[in-house]
Amino acid sequence: MSDIAPPEALHPSRPLVMAEVDEPTAAIEVNGLEKVYPGAGGRAAKHALKRVSLTIPRGSIFGLLGPNGAGKSTLINIIAGLVRKSGGTARVWGVDIDEQPRTARAAIGVVPQELTLDPYFPARAALELQAGLFGIPKAARRTDELLEVLGLADKATAPARSLSGGMRRRLMIGKALVHNPPVLVLDEPTAGVDVALRQQLWEYARLLNRRGTTILLTTHYLQEAEALCDRIAILADGQIVANDTTDALLRGVEDQELLVDVAAPLSAIPNELRALGAMLATPQCLVFRYAQGSEVVDRVLGEARSAGLRITGVTTRQPDLEEVFLRLVRGVK
Amino acid sequence: MEGVNWIGVATLYRREVQRFLAVAAQTVGGPVVSALLFLTVFGVALGRHAPALGGVSYLVFIAPGLVMMAVLQNAFANTSSSLLVAKVQGNIVDLLLAPLGPGEFLAGLALGGVTRGLVVGMLTVLAAALFVSLPLANPVLCLFYAVGGALAFSLLGVVGGLWAQKMDHQAAVTNFVIAPLTLLSGTFYAVSTLPEPFRSIAYLDPVFYLVNGFRYGITGHSEAPPLVGILVVLVVNILLGILCHRLLASGWRLRQ
Ligand SMILES: Nc1ncnc2c1ncn2[C@@H]1O[C@H](COP(=O)(O)OP(=O)(O)OP(=O)(O)O)[C@@H](O)[C@H]1O
Ligand SMILES: [Mg+2]
Repeated sequence: MSDIAPPEALHPSRPLVMAEVDEPTAAIEVNGLEKVYPGAGGRAAKHALKRVSLTIPRGSIFGLLGPNGAGKSTLINIIAGLVRKSGGTARVWGVDIDEQPRTARAAIGVVPQELTLDPYFPARAALELQAGLFGIPKAARRTDELLEVLGLADKATAPARSLSGGMRRRLMIGKALVHNPPVLVLDEPTAGVDVALRQQLWEYARLLNRRGTTILLTTHYLQEAEALCDRIAILADGQIVANDTTDALLRGVEDQELLVDVAAPLSAIPNELRALGAMLATPQCLVFRYAQGSEVVDRVLGEARSAGLRITGVTTRQPDLEEVFLRLVRGVK
Repeated sequence: MEGVNWIGVATLYRREVQRFLAVAAQTVGGPVVSALLFLTVFGVALGRHAPALGGVSYLVFIAPGLVMMAVLQNAFANTSSSLLVAKVQGNIVDLLLAPLGPGEFLAGLALGGVTRGLVVGMLTVLAAALFVSLPLANPVLCLFYAVGGALAFSLLGVVGGLWAQKMDHQAAVTNFVIAPLTLLSGTFYAVSTLPEPFRSIAYLDPVFYLVNGFRYGITGHSEAPPLVGILVVLVVNILLGILCHRLLASGWRLRQ
């Protein structure tokens, strides 16, 4: 598979269609967004989004996390104009999606969760078609450039059916970029993508971001969000339960764990250590929970030595996004 | 105010035309051949003993009816199947994500259907002319009715394609609505010779005015006042156009 490469190949310019829109501070802004899918054929109605308000700052790589069915795709599809909202407002690049739906759509490139390609159109034709639908004149199109950057140049005329899943994903991304949108929305871009391609897609996302593209993505891979996103919001059961910078979210988890291995099996926890909240994980391993920044580690080690324990190993466990995530999401249901 | 996305409309139109030209044997050749088969069966085999109708020989009478039937059916097929296939395949999102308003979307789609209807109609006229000499009494009226009829059925196809969720639905509309409408609207017989109440009912059928008007343009004989036909074409297209625009603007069966 060819690499997604030369960074220099992209136009740094803003899309033509957006020339007259001033740069806003928020790339996407939703306020009190509501979505109720009507129940059909005996199914109950589904309240998929409940008063969701969210601001995605210009220039960020914003991660939207949440368990299956949380409403991530619903939120994204409302912003993209694929789903009609039941209430609230949404602005894309400062443009209200109700007042100027076409201008709003021109400001955003969307890669939906499902891979949908018209088998009739090979890669080049598909990109040309999409550019045309977006009103990009022939001379201003970037078809070859996109094919090159996405590693699809040698597949330009191959039937869409003959593309692998990863190639299709890349073609979908190319279709979302034909109009050089200031905002790119990726709904699970790395689902079913191999490790190498995932790295390439991350790199490409970072590159676009450095060039000024605001990126909103959903993912189920927490390391992906941790590595890529500067801000993260967590959606659970249609509600935003967290929305902060990635660093702050991670810092927000107070509990750290200190694991102390001892040489001889313990039948009971020495009193000095019990006072510090010790628990026995195994007869040869003591566990301490403590708040980040406290002096517990120092005290534990001192007390342990004075209790006559021979320490064979010390480990600390940092909280990761997974814990933040599970805690926040568990709180909802 | 948002300007018109002309390039977008032209691109969509070209896509619609490419779609049927890519499988022209099926979308153009097939309908022309079946119209000729009808012409052979009804005109040559049965019509030899049939009395002249509407002032012309039976063959000359049914030829324009068959042409119009092909125009209408193919205009309908193009828009309805384009929408349905895109919905089933999922690539309808390409169109929904593009900055095309309901009017632009409708224009690109409907003009594609009109083009297919007219291409099939034109070829059917040329092929039929090999078997029967068609007077072509009023070419301007011919064109008016062909375009008006193709547009009306293109728009109907948009409604049908929006409504249909699977191939079954589209087949049902084609077989139970479009086929009877186009077959029973004076294609093979003169409505004025029908017994009551069928004759009165026939005069209430807008499709009859499309077929009759086109036939009038070819043969110079009409079963209804020509002005009424022109009015029917205009009113039907305006109403269908408004309906389609409303449906598309509301996102009916496209945007959940
Ligand atoms: N067209 C629809 N009709 C009815 N209910 C729907 C529809 N689309 C989604 N839902 C429901 O709305 C809720 C949110 O779905 P959504 O697809 O937005 O979740 P998600 O967060 O994207 O999940 P995933 O991670 O699985 O992609 C779910 O309960 C889903 O069943
Ligand atoms: Mg989803």
